[in-house]
Amino acid sequence: MPISILMPALSPTMEEGTLAKWHVKEGDVVSSGDVLAEIETDKATMEIEAIDEGTVAKLLVAEGTEAVPVNTAIAIILEDGEDASALEGFDVNAESAPVVEAAATVAPAVTPTASEKPNTQPATGSRIFSSPLARRIASQEGVDIASLAGSGPRGRIVKKDVEAALAGGAPKAQATLQAMPIGQQPAIDPRVYFEDGSYDEVPLDKMRMTIARRLTQSKQEIPHYYISVDCELDALLQARKDLNAHADEGVKISVNDFVVRAAALALKKVPDVNVSYAGNAVLKHHHADIGIAVAIDGGLITPIIAKADEKGLAAISAAAKDLALRARERKLKPSEFEGGGFSISNLGMFGVKNFTAVINPPQSAILAVGAGEPRPVIKDGQVTAATVMTVTLSCDHRVIDGALGAQFLQVFKRHIELPASMLM
Amino acid sequence: MTEKTYDVVVIGGGPGGYVAAIRASQLGMKTAVIERDKLGGVCLNWGCIPTKALLRSAEVYHLMQNASDFGLKADGISFDIEAVVKRSRKVSERLSGGIGFLMKKNKIDVIAGEAGLIDPTTITVKSGKDSQTVKAKNIILATGARARTLPDLEPDGEVIWTAKEAMVPKSMPKSLLVIGSGAIGIEFASFYNTMGADVTVVEMVDRILPAEDAEIAALAAKSFKAQGMKLLTGAKIEKVEKGAKNAKVTVTTSDGKTETHTVDVVICAVGIVGNVENIGLEKLGIKVDRTHISVNQWCETNVKNIFAIGDLVGPPWLAHKASHEGAMVAERIAGHVDIHPLDTSKIPGCTYCHPQVASVGLTEEKAKEAGHKVKVGRFPFTGNGKAIALGDTTGLIKTIFDEKTGELLGAHMVGAEVTELIQGYTVARTMEATEADLMGTVFPHPTLSEMMHESVLDAFDRALHI
Repeated sequence: MPISILMPALSPTMEEGTLAKWHVKEGDVVSSGDVLAEIETDKATMEIEAIDEGTVAKLLVAEGTEAVPVNTAIAIILEDGEDASALEGFDVNAESAPVVEAAATVAPAVTPTASEKPNTQPATGSRIFSSPLARRIASQEGVDIASLAGSGPRGRIVKKDVEAALAGGAPKAQATLQAMPIGQQPAIDPRVYFEDGSYDEVPLDKMRMTIARRLTQSKQEIPHYYISVDCELDALLQARKDLNAHADEGVKISVNDFVVRAAALALKKVPDVNVSYAGNAVLKHHHADIGIAVAIDGGLITPIIAKADEKGLAAISAAAKDLALRARERKLKPSEFEGGGFSISNLGMFGVKNFTAVINPPQSAILAVGAGEPRPVIKDGQVTAATVMTVTLSCDHRVIDGALGAQFLQVFKRHIELPASMLM
Repeated sequence: MTEKTYDVVVIGGGPGGYVAAIRASQLGMKTAVIERDKLGGVCLNWGCIPTKALLRSAEVYHLMQNASDFGLKADGISFDIEAVVKRSRKVSERLSGGIGFLMKKNKIDVIAGEAGLIDPTTITVKSGKDSQTVKAKNIILATGARARTLPDLEPDGEVIWTAKEAMVPKSMPKSLLVIGSGAIGIEFASFYNTMGADVTVVEMVDRILPAEDAEIAALAAKSFKAQGMKLLTGAKIEKVEKGAKNAKVTVTTSDGKTETHTVDVVICAVGIVGNVENIGLEKLGIKVDRTHISVNQWCETNVKNIFAIGDLVGPPWLAHKASHEGAMVAERIAGHVDIHPLDTSKIPGCTYCHPQVASVGLTEEKAKEAGHKVKVGRFPFTGNGKAIALGDTTGLIKTIFDEKTGELLGAHMVGAEVTELIQGYTVARTMEATEADLMGTVFPHPTLSEMMHESVLDAFDRALHI
């Protein structure tokens, strides 16, 4: 039977992709492992490989086609011994050929176990799919159905989801604070304010759309609050100087590497900050997976230093450099920038004293790091000079209360100000 | 001979196995089915289908006997049991052939023979002296079940029957006794009773059709008794003395008396046992609980990439449950994400006796046990125009709702064609409809289905035609 090659889902959240480049043409004989095509998503470019041997019968999607939905057939491969007649009556989209036939080289395969988890994608449209019974129970119990993740067919919210939310203390709907429909369109089209020709209109690329959507969603869904603390940096700067002076060739520890290490250790010590809000539960992460915001051409991306709590400074430094480099080349795998429990955004290099950052779901906190600068401080009643860095933690109040956030900052500050404590 | 490697090999070509194979093949997986007998399994060859053919003959016979009720004349009505059985066999053959066609159409290899697991990816298939080996990345066990037999009641095809023998009688017994009043027992009791035999049903618990709602079962019992069937509930079989041409069955009745029934035939319908033998389960350490394989909600056994479905696993032991599991497992193997485990409270059950019985969800008793405050709706066939026109006014449609949420907890029916009606409520339950959705649905007039609407209305004191 001819095999349909489908647009793969390179990540759990991917809905569509761009067919960037075909590596084969019709009539080509391919064998297992041959690269068939390059697929571009908003954040990465991925190759898809042939799993079986065969002949490329048809390329169904032209190179450069954007927004090809996941699981759309993009090519047909004839198996050994089949000729074009096998295509007669073959419906390429007949329910979908198996995902197993076209696995992306690096993408995490869609594992069957994924279906055991509720579909956690929050509804982004204004229509919420839910069963009549789920709606009735939600309204009787005052559960905001828009806040729930559905586990029914195609993510439909069913009775079980509402009951689970009730059992887990779901957020109650408030009459005054209805969930706003989340869209990419601003409420007022800015074009009305400006004359035609007085501006250039540049269409948004995928990354920008993603940033717009995700951050809007974050700010609308997550009750952010902010707390700041000043950290003296002199001891850390001295330690950094000493370490770098004796470091191996090619190793150069940055202040940010120390910040990542300090945050990782603080997350270990105050694990309740290292969490994700899951509607009916809190996910407490076992490891400190820390995202580092990297500005790249046309946007930003937050690659994740996995298990930062198990990494020393040199390893963090190496990982950060590698991730940042590949982020700029847009060569990151989805697993390298999705998820995580915490992020760090550092604008110190621009001389920014302090700022607040937007939480990157499914994380629950982000640390905004300002510049280290000489400031007068008072010690033992005397005004003296010290290098001071202000950091501001944005927290998701649904899962991190003020005292908890403050506790985290206290531990973080101690590590920064006493860098030797990071050796433990 | 080189071994063939498949993505999926299904052992057993019944309604679970062949559906699993079709779905697997549709999803692009190279698939084979191993079957030792006929495609279609018990359902198609020795169960659901041939009994429906027999019961149809009984139904037509019953109508002909009552032709005058419809202003028709039919004299000298009789039947030829051989011809009735022959028709039933033909129906099975035709459908089994149809499965063969479906296998071909879906490019599924059908391998005839007995399968044995060698290791988690290797299966031998023995057919007479021939033996071959196939490799499988995934194996779906769907070997089904057979009738449970009791000690001293081994079927002999003459005096002691199971469903299989009851389906192909060589001659019409004058009297018979059915042990067990579940769906299978009652269907044969109904068939033979309609065909003129003297039928006694013996049931251990205090009512027939123990899985059904008590009120529905009582109505069915009343109708069966009116048709001349003897029902001994709360009764115990003390002994069965088998003779050459008949059996003497000693029964202790519910009031403690001992009765002896001499009958031509005893039909033993006391449940099923899974076909777990000789597949090589022990070799692979696949967990078996009594005679059924233990699986999780995804029909996965304790051995990776080996699945089990249908009668071979837990209840309900119904063909449509097996088929649904088969399709689900195929989709799971293919990595589909949007699949859901089977919720047994949404699986309908049908018994094709006269009058028919059908249900889905919780009985009134079970709903109350589960802590629901219920609203119960009822609508009798006597209030329905179509039922009166059909001349079949025995029956009731009963619906059970949660008083607070309006969830349709269960629906239970007895009467003409109710097995074709139950699906409406099954869709409602599956989609989590409330009473409001059912009340807001337009039911066509004149149909029996109008009673489904009225029953819902009645639960909320809004019935119109009563």
